[in-house]
Amino acid sequence: MALGAYVAVSAALFALGLVTIAARRNILYVLFGIEMILNAANINFVAFNRFNGDGMDGRMFAIFVIILAAAEAAVALAIVLNVYHLFGSTKPSDADLLRE
Amino acid sequence: MVDLQKVFYSGLALLAIALHGWGLASAGPAGLAFGGCATLVLGGALMCLWERSVVRSAFSLMATFTGCAGFFILLGADFVGMAQILIYVGGILALLLFGVMLSPPDMAERKLARVGGGLLVMGLGVAWVSAKVAASVKWAQLPADELPAPSTKAEDIGIAFIAPDQYVVPFELAAVLLTVALVAAVYIARRRISDFTAEPDQGGR
Amino acid sequence: MEFLHFDPATDFKLLLAVPLIPLTGYLIQIFFGRKLPRKGDWLLTTGMFVTMMITLLLFAKALYHAYTGHGDDGHATPFWHHSSEAGMTWSWLFQDSEAPNSPLNLTVGILYDGLGASMLAVVGVVSFFVHLFSMGYMKGDHRYHIFFANISLFTVAMLGLVLSDNILFLFVFWEVMGLMSYLLIGHFSHDPKSHRITQAAAACKKAFLTTRIGDCCLFIGFMMFYLHYQTFSFDGLWQATTQDVMVNGWQSWQTTAGLFLFGGTVGKSAQFPLHIWLPDAMEGPTPVSAMIHAATMVAAGVFLLGRLYPVLSPDVLTVITGVGALTAIFAATIGMTVFDIKGVLAYSTISQLGFMVAGIGTGGLGLIAGLFHMVTHAFFKACLFLSAGSVIHGCHHEQDMRKMGGLRKKMPVTFMCMLVCTLAISGIPLFSGFYSKDKIVQSTIMTNELGGTWASSFAGIALPLAASITAFYMFRLIFMTFFGQPRDKHVNDHAHESPLPMTIALTCLAILGMFAGQFWLSNLDIMGSHPTWFETLLGVSHDYTNLSGLYPGVELQNTYVGLDAAKVEAVSHHAHSSAVVLSLSVASLGIILAMLMYLFKRLDPAKFTETFAPIYRTVLNKYYIDEFANKTVIRGSMVLSAVLKWFDGFIVDGIVLSVGRINKALGFFAAWFDKTFIDGLVNLVGAVSNGLGAALRLLQTGRIQQYVSFAVGGGLLTAAWLILS
Repeated sequence: MALGAYVAVSAALFALGLVTIAARRNILYVLFGIEMILNAANINFVAFNRFNGDGMDGRMFAIFVIILAAAEAAVALAIVLNVYHLFGSTKPSDADLLRE
Repeated sequence: MVDLQKVFYSGLALLAIALHGWGLASAGPAGLAFGGCATLVLGGALMCLWERSVVRSAFSLMATFTGCAGFFILLGADFVGMAQILIYVGGILALLLFGVMLSPPDMAERKLARVGGGLLVMGLGVAWVSAKVAASVKWAQLPADELPAPSTKAEDIGIAFIAPDQYVVPFELAAVLLTVALVAAVYIARRRISDFTAEPDQGGR
Repeated sequence: MEFLHFDPATDFKLLLAVPLIPLTGYLIQIFFGRKLPRKGDWLLTTGMFVTMMITLLLFAKALYHAYTGHGDDGHATPFWHHSSEAGMTWSWLFQDSEAPNSPLNLTVGILYDGLGASMLAVVGVVSFFVHLFSMGYMKGDHRYHIFFANISLFTVAMLGLVLSDNILFLFVFWEVMGLMSYLLIGHFSHDPKSHRITQAAAACKKAFLTTRIGDCCLFIGFMMFYLHYQTFSFDGLWQATTQDVMVNGWQSWQTTAGLFLFGGTVGKSAQFPLHIWLPDAMEGPTPVSAMIHAATMVAAGVFLLGRLYPVLSPDVLTVITGVGALTAIFAATIGMTVFDIKGVLAYSTISQLGFMVAGIGTGGLGLIAGLFHMVTHAFFKACLFLSAGSVIHGCHHEQDMRKMGGLRKKMPVTFMCMLVCTLAISGIPLFSGFYSKDKIVQSTIMTNELGGTWASSFAGIALPLAASITAFYMFRLIFMTFFGQPRDKHVNDHAHESPLPMTIALTCLAILGMFAGQFWLSNLDIMGSHPTWFETLLGVSHDYTNLSGLYPGVELQNTYVGLDAAKVEAVSHHAHSSAVVLSLSVASLGIILAMLMYLFKRLDPAKFTETFAPIYRTVLNKYYIDEFANKTVIRGSMVLSAVLKWFDGFIVDGIVLSVGRINKALGFFAAWFDKTFIDGLVNLVGAVSNGLGAALRLLQTGRIQQYVSFAVGGGLLTAAWLILS
């Protein structure tokens, strides 16, 4: 398959991730959306790497993105648990102490 | 009343057929693998967005992640693909599922209007921008049939991690980041509720 | 004897090690001292021993050069080395390459000359023996390891001060020494068992603050010189000043700056009127007193004068002579009336420092003699203090001489050492103090004959008198402590000789105090008419007009200017015989008087005190200097603040109040204007913002999803605009 096909799938996945963040009212879906966006970026990294001389940089970036995603998921889930404990809800709009 | 669930899954099936067909048409039998992976990626993402139940959404994400791993392998990045399966599917997804199980289900949370509207706007917007970009940008790229065989082995990646002139600094930084993040996660998750509830009261109105 | 040649390449590395060894010891001790066996005293004492050996080796090299080294033309070349010969200078503000000619490109190096060599050896030797002595004296102290760490850093500061080649680094070490003296004098203020906690705390505070006045003066002084000559290095200052003076004569700013520099000495070397900290500093442990009074702190001020001598104008030197002579006689009279054994020694230190400063003030020979007195005084005063410490230790911390007596048999070693050093400080031939003090007296006579000033005339009377009083009160101390019948049976019964490390230290220092004055064994020159080793080392024997050994290449402009060298030498010979006779007679007079009063009891000191009761009371109360300072400086500032308070309360407040009333009237008008017009305007603005805020509030919902939507929408719109345009 040509590069364009991969980029197209990546763009679609990115768009779906954004919609997931924007359209669902549960903090967990925000996390899901972020993971999709990160994966879309990873597909781009690896695909461009492959179609531009097959070096190493794109893969290394993909690996570092995966590492970052792991760290982010761990911290984010800890925060989600605390928010749930405190506000009894997993909707980000309910955590609104600063708004008052 | 039309069963929306059935409509959605029929749509997914059509998407799968379309993607497989696209692969077959543009690259022959090899394209079928691409079609399968693309189906997993996009179908999983769509299901994640669609499903009412958080558990189902989380499990459908597994398909997305696995599809991505398939892409990586198709693109000759075996090691990244394996890492994707191990870390994402095995680690991050498991974590997300923990989060899912510790929070209550809320079946009324999904609003069809928002999901549909979002998909429509985003789909149109992204499609339009992509078309314009694809028409105007010429990427320096090798044609698919002239690609050399993938040259990088897992061993090379291992060496790149520790070679002083390549990635040793980002590697070490990533290690520190992970450690800090995990310790922080444990610390945050262990805090008692009283730690939080005490604070607003003390904050002097 | 080849190994005694000074080789800059290797010997400057040794010199660098001199302060670094005790510094390393200090760092180890301060962090791990408590955990080391015996709390680490062996570590620092060994380190000091090595340091002492290095300083002695290098001193031997300097002396060897002075006695044998001659240039190609047959004249003695002065022993004067700078570490740039070994490539050892360090730029510490900029690198050379950045600003090679900038006056801010400050370098630091090591200066090693005859004066530095002898001072370094003195500091090394005295510090080692003080360390050794402390091992016995401080035994059982609850901050034993801290004490050793502090005293070690104190030594480092003095060693660095002696070695530094510029006044800025000298000042840095000077300040380190100030801090360490504060910590050491106040050592007992941390001891819960001590019954003098508050006194120790007050004493260390007083010492710190009093010397701080002098330090500020010193800083102002050398910054004034830096302002004009853009250099801190001693060499540069000498050259720049003397050349400037040759062209323009002495200017008033040089005199002012010189007086400020001397202010540093007044503070550190306890000259009148800043001497008040030194007697109080006796609250510190006795080894610290020995250290402060002999080799380090007070010597630093005198050493500074030695280093900066060429930049001091004749007027400054006159003041220096006057202050030194006044201090000498003034402290000596107080010393007669004190009953605290350490107090006597403290006032004798002030008095002897007065001798040194007065000697330096008379210039030429006096400068050499003053510096020489600093060296000899270091040995015998260290020994005197350590002996006093030994007595105090033996008598279980009894310091009042009225309770001692008859200790000669109980503490034979201490007695012998103290007697030797008392003979030295009193100025008896064969003992070191004679040679240095004699030359100071000789210098005042010389200066007076060559056309003296009011200060040198005063010094000519005051110094012999002070020497006589010195002999009197030192023998008073010996007789009251070691002779006669025990006055307090309890103290006497429990008295005992001190342990071995202390007696070893005492004996060695006493031998040095005896022999340091003169290599008299070699030429049997009892009266000291030949040059002393110190003069030979500095390369100035019988040639006091240029002092080229001490300040190479500098044409001194402040003493003996325009005088024929032959005439100076002739006067010097003549003055020498007068000085010897004078010194001997005044010393004997003092000793005989002390014998009559305290040994044979032919004269009753009580009668004297009754006859001269008002004078005696004045002296006993230290001329009321402390009270005077209380009444003037402290009470003065109280009165001033009371006046200022009244001024504040009536005048300033009155003005402020009337201004306030006017303002109030204006305020009423302004308030009306405000309410009607300004408030209307402000309210309008407020209303507008309120409306805008309400509108914007619709956007600021705090919902992540909305924000994401806005961001994505914005991104898409931007992309569209970019593509379409």
